[in-house]
Amino acid sequence: MAHYDFDMPISEDQVRSLRIGDTVSLNGTLFGIRDATQIEMFDRGRKTRFNLNDHAVIHTAPNVRKVEDKTKFPAGYAPICIGTTTSARMERFTRPLMEQHGVRIIIGKGGLMAQSKAAFVELGGVYLAIIGGTAALETTWIEAIEDVDLDDLNPESLWKFRVRDFGPLLVGMDSHGGSLYETVQATVAERRAQALSVLGVKS
Amino acid sequence: MKINPKIVEDVCKELYIRALKVLPDDIKQGFARLDAAETDATGKAILGTMIQNIKVAESTDNLLCQDTGIPIYNVTIGPDVQVDGHKLKEAIVRACAAATHEYPLRSSVVHPITRANDHTNTGRRIPVINIDFSDEREVLRIEMIPKGSGSENGSFLKMCVPAEGVDGIKTFVVDKVIEAGGKVCPPTIVGVGVGGTADLCVHLAKIAATRPLGSVCDDEAGAKLECELTAAVNSLGIGPQGLGGDSTAFAVHVETAATHITMNPVAVNIQCHSARRATATFTPSAVEYGF
Repeated sequence: MAHYDFDMPISEDQVRSLRIGDTVSLNGTLFGIRDATQIEMFDRGRKTRFNLNDHAVIHTAPNVRKVEDKTKFPAGYAPICIGTTTSARMERFTRPLMEQHGVRIIIGKGGLMAQSKAAFVELGGVYLAIIGGTAALETTWIEAIEDVDLDDLNPESLWKFRVRDFGPLLVGMDSHGGSLYETVQATVAERRAQALSVLGVKS
Repeated sequence: MKINPKIVEDVCKELYIRALKVLPDDIKQGFARLDAAETDATGKAILGTMIQNIKVAESTDNLLCQDTGIPIYNVTIGPDVQVDGHKLKEAIVRACAAATHEYPLRSSVVHPITRANDHTNTGRRIPVINIDFSDEREVLRIEMIPKGSGSENGSFLKMCVPAEGVDGIKTFVVDKVIEAGGKVCPPTIVGVGVGGTADLCVHLAKIAATRPLGSVCDDEAGAKLECELTAAVNSLGIGPQGLGGDSTAFAVHVETAATHITMNPVAVNIQCHSARRATATFTPSAVEYGF
């Protein structure tokens, strides 16, 4: 297991070098995306002016403050508290994010499922696990909100953050078919019968 | 004791922000207990980061989690408290909107069909306001819970039949904790409602999920069930964030209600590790904040 520091964007080779259990920290650009953003983009055909090719997206909708000073806050927003939401709700958007926009990294909590795993293998991508509910800490890794698109969806806009030492994040799913979530689920499935037996449940 | 709605509004605004920033002592102690016992290296590292986050939120005066939740206010009124209930509810709605606008907080509340967000963290029937009565003579207590959605999505109801017995209840709880996996931000408090009607059963699960750690169900059969289920879910190996380990739940809490001879309902409502709540106690001399 190794640690990687990536300056975004990255190449397919860099993504394919990652294995589950490795850790990654990101520098530079990170895009924030969420349920409504992707429903608009993929179900209703909304276009974004951002280029997501070879970039990372994080499942988030931040707490922000509107500010006038555009020299210090180019998007007109100061970050207050930025954290990560549950990824599983957005499972069906992994493939179009990768196929149509060239996204390489999805950051979220709780893991993604089989469709995403197949897309990561086929198209070269990874899922990086962040620790949900630790937004106060995560906010300290964000230098600025550089830009925002689709802002009528606020707070589920498409956010462009500038990050520094964003991590360490755990490679939860890799491009070789590895998934820490599936490993844990297999263990849990094995232990279920024993747990029910201890509870006195008659099968 | 007469209650001024304007003071209720100010206090309820303060409660929302307090709840989002500082975790109750019982939850902090719960983290220390799990961290000391965790045997999985990844699980232990994750718990360490969660504990660090609690400290960073306090030292930077920031929110613990970006999810401002669905606001819930539990109001308990003593017999010698004079309050206009309608105005009290209006004051609580105004408090949510004011906290959201002034802080500002992310508005997490939308219309359920149009998905329109009016950026107030309020809407039709939201905040949830529950009213109850106590025998504390001149005491009005308001508890605020910003219920995060990741764990609220881990909510389940099953109308078991009597022939399924307690085995049906136990199996349902174990299977729903497995289904929820890492999506509900473990370690969690698993709230279980047993009995009642369908709606009461789900409400009991919420009461159970938001009870302080260390509290025990006051129904002996329920208390026994919560001990057994706590051990069972923590034997599964789901662990912090669903990435493996011993610390799947701080506890399983159970609340019970009598039910019909033909019914055997069970509900699960889960509280994530950011188990936020804040309380204000109004007495004739002061308003005191706590958990």
